[in-house]
Amino acid sequence: MIEAMPPGLVLIAGAFLLPATSGVARKALVLALPLATLGLVWSIPDGPALTLVFLDYTLTPVEGSRLGRLFATAFALMAFAGGLYAVNQARVVEIAAAFAHAGSAIGVAFAGDLVTLFVFWELMIIGSTLVIWSAGTDSAYRAGMRYTLVHLFGGIVLMIGIIGHIAETGSVTFEAMHADSLSRWLILAGFLVNAGAPPLSAWLPDAYPEASPSATVFLSAYTTKTAVYVLMVGFAGEGVLVWVGLYMVFYGIIYALLENDMRRILAYSIINQVGFMVTGIGIGTQMALNGSAAHAFAHIIYKGLLLMSAGAVLHQTGKRKCTDLGGLFRSMPITTVCGIVGAMAISSFPLTSGFVSKDMIGQAAGDQLLALVWFLLAAGSAGVFLHAGIKFPWFVFFQKDSGLRPPDPPWNMWAAMSLFAFLCIGLGVYPAPLYAMLPYAVNYVPYTSAHLVFQFQLLLFSGLAFFLLLPQMKRTLTLTLDFDWFYRHFLPRLCRAVASRGSETRRRVEHATMTRIRLVLEPFFRFHRPEGILARSWPTGGATVWVAVLLAVTLVIYYWQGAR
Amino acid sequence: MISLHLPALQVVVPLISAPLCVLLRRGFGAWLLATVIAWTAFAISLALLAQVLSDGALSYKMGGWAAPWGIEYRIDRLNAFMLVIVAGIGALVMPCAYHSVAREIAPERQHLFYAAFMLALTGLLGIVITGDVFNLYVFLEITSLASYTLVALGADRRALRASFQYLVLGTIGATFILIGIGLLYMVTGTLNMADLAARIPALQELRPVRAAFAFIVVGAGLKLALFPLHLWLPNAYTYAPSVVSAFLAATATKVGVYVLMRFIFTVFGARFAFEMMPLGEILMVLGLLAVMVGSLVAVFQTNVKRMLAYSSIAQIGYMALGISFASVNGLVAGIVHLFNHAAMKGALFLALACVFYRLGSVELDAMRGLGRRMPLTMATFVAAGMSLVGVPLTVGFISKWYLVVAAIESGLWPVAVIVLVASLLALVYIWRVVEVAYFREPDGDAPEVTEAPAAMLVPTMALAAACIYFGIDTELTVGVATEAALSLLEGGP
Repeated sequence: MIEAMPPGLVLIAGAFLLPATSGVARKALVLALPLATLGLVWSIPDGPALTLVFLDYTLTPVEGSRLGRLFATAFALMAFAGGLYAVNQARVVEIAAAFAHAGSAIGVAFAGDLVTLFVFWELMIIGSTLVIWSAGTDSAYRAGMRYTLVHLFGGIVLMIGIIGHIAETGSVTFEAMHADSLSRWLILAGFLVNAGAPPLSAWLPDAYPEASPSATVFLSAYTTKTAVYVLMVGFAGEGVLVWVGLYMVFYGIIYALLENDMRRILAYSIINQVGFMVTGIGIGTQMALNGSAAHAFAHIIYKGLLLMSAGAVLHQTGKRKCTDLGGLFRSMPITTVCGIVGAMAISSFPLTSGFVSKDMIGQAAGDQLLALVWFLLAAGSAGVFLHAGIKFPWFVFFQKDSGLRPPDPPWNMWAAMSLFAFLCIGLGVYPAPLYAMLPYAVNYVPYTSAHLVFQFQLLLFSGLAFFLLLPQMKRTLTLTLDFDWFYRHFLPRLCRAVASRGSETRRRVEHATMTRIRLVLEPFFRFHRPEGILARSWPTGGATVWVAVLLAVTLVIYYWQGAR
Repeated sequence: MISLHLPALQVVVPLISAPLCVLLRRGFGAWLLATVIAWTAFAISLALLAQVLSDGALSYKMGGWAAPWGIEYRIDRLNAFMLVIVAGIGALVMPCAYHSVAREIAPERQHLFYAAFMLALTGLLGIVITGDVFNLYVFLEITSLASYTLVALGADRRALRASFQYLVLGTIGATFILIGIGLLYMVTGTLNMADLAARIPALQELRPVRAAFAFIVVGAGLKLALFPLHLWLPNAYTYAPSVVSAFLAATATKVGVYVLMRFIFTVFGARFAFEMMPLGEILMVLGLLAVMVGSLVAVFQTNVKRMLAYSSIAQIGYMALGISFASVNGLVAGIVHLFNHAAMKGALFLALACVFYRLGSVELDAMRGLGRRMPLTMATFVAAGMSLVGVPLTVGFISKWYLVVAAIESGLWPVAVIVLVASLLALVYIWRVVEVAYFREPDGDAPEVTEAPAAMLVPTMALAAACIYFGIDTELTVGVATEAALSLLEGGP
């Protein structure tokens, strides 16, 4: 039976092993587990590698595919670099949870059927929630709670969709489908929740920045990219995804431009980048899918790098707002260089990994003569440079002198950053290995003069715009409001505001409104509270009345049925 | 030779041990005897299950009297499976009982406790094994009377009132069942289930048969605590001794569900119950109400034992819902949940028994920071709790899966949504315990507590391990449940 173990299980099992070890053994394990997983990932041949019967279905928990291997490789690389980054600083529970999270994501990448997919999907939620909570702060606890609720809701939507799909088709295989029935729409919706699509995008920038510096690095890679993977397998060419993706591109840019917290900037930028991938999936041609896959791979690395450098700053200074930072290049040269490399990659500078991947999506839109999509993608690329390419390094490392003189972070942190920086540039200079892993044959040459001219124009003009508009861009101490503000602040504040208004008439009006709201909600809860009619201890007589009522009612019904 | 008489021994062995427990007059001796007997009964039930799985249903003539005149014990897959559940929980609860009973029950009453416990076990096994409806009633009374005694032994004075209420309502339920049986005997002249099943189809139009159906369903509904007939349950579970709550929650209501299934499918037949009578609709409405009300009320409780009691009401709603579909998948959901719920509620209540043993309280406030002080107990609680929520790779997920499949098969999407929303409510109330135990600091004056004794911990963890094991390897549980569901729907025992 164990011809092919799900590669993710190594990491998941390791997660349980880690807390039991200590000292050098633990460190060795943290570095060895992802590498062992990577080896396993590449040992799985194409096609079903393991089947087992579960309930009434034949499941395929491990099925190799080019696309799955690509994503799993990125996930394993991320686990290695993240583990290296975290090994000396993070709590062991954080690394363990992150490994369980990564292992489940790899499990999804190899899931050949919907049941396995759902199981790993839910395990991912548990793992990531624990990663957030391991920060140990109160705000992380609450953010983790909101995060779980959103994802469990998504899980329910997905589960109903999957069961409905199985009931309709009788097949559990996870393969390409179309959103043509309620159940498949529900599956699509469940996937999109994890991708950070509207209207529930806010879970991402809400939760990730609350985690510890190293935890955010882990989190950035898995949840959204597994969603990209499953969308690519299940819903390639689904037209609606083009517009969902474009919405995410601009949502991410606008909120990132308004944001002051450096890790929230990068979190919004995740949504923006995933938007590019989702758009590519919606276009659905081979070029577009290659582009989305390559971009996902490159993105995991450069976003990990950016968050590592932001995490290093946070770790060394304890500050996270752009307004408190600045001028750090003097004392943190390695972090600065690595941050700039990441920023260049995300803005698709030539000779970085972003350049060789992202523009494939734009090219695909052009090939399909989707003019509007192409223009919007180009505008989005310019926006990326504005919000992540310049804004993040400028405000954190240059700008004014904040007076802070922290040294570069400990060796393991900068080693992890250097590794990823090397990969960013390496893939940009020599993209052949990446192209070889893509699902379809690559028919795209990145380094043509047309591409280079276009890209430099884009970068130069948006760079110019940034510095011309610098006074407007300069962040003051602000908070940005997102959709989650409605359920987190607006409702509670409304209640408080209503309670504290002074004017007598006003109070009376408000009191009446509040009473009316309570009138609607209260009875519902009142019945269920301990003293409520449904929860209190009944006298025996009252309970007996219920018995009599039920007996009488059923008797009447049964007799009536007979009389018909 | 002995293997031929296993069906009789299954009931007789624990029955004889009860008076022996009284004669021993010593807590420890009675406990030792009861433990040995409980494990013997478990072994017998496993042997019976193996026999039924390999040779098919078997019939045993009590005292050599042939059916339908004598009492027939008839064991098919469904009740062989139930026997394993009941005897298995009994066997796992007994090792815990020693410490827990020593703390909660006065020494001079301990041997009586074990005697009553053995009687309750006898009754439950008897109800499950018999193929004779009057014999079923007799065992029902044995187990009920023993359970009233067990609940009344609770240390809290409110246990007496809870026991009294349980007694009144339980007796009404048993009487209803007896009235139903009497009506059936009146028109058919037989008490043997197989015989009844053969004769009822010709008499379906008769009013006494319909009245019998109403009486028996309501009577069984009382025993299994179907909403709104559940009112005896929260107090009984809350104030009973800890191990009694664990045992009754894991077995007694399940046996009630078994009785309901047996009467509906074997005696009356699925066609009569679901096509001629609107039982499906009634059970579905009551089941859904139970699921929502039980879960919501559980969310607001501050006593964890009481919270789990209300959660039981919701879980019973799931089983009623499974039956109400009258489809293979629905019944599989119901039957498999009998096992799954027994495992997880057994583990949860036993974990609470450990908590009570050290802490002397199961109030939410008292459990602050317990995750660090009793790590194994609370880890067990979390594992079983996740199972209650229905997290994948636990048994709860299997039950939920089949239930949702059955709902969608019948085209009842809203039912599927309610089932899953209620599982989120389960997360909320389990989470309240996790939050208090792991994320709150204990009060300054909280007593220093350590991990519970191994004798209590090991069975608790074994049950929690079962929650996970049978969530992954479902061959035994789902396999048996599917076969049992198929044969129930075909009709005939």
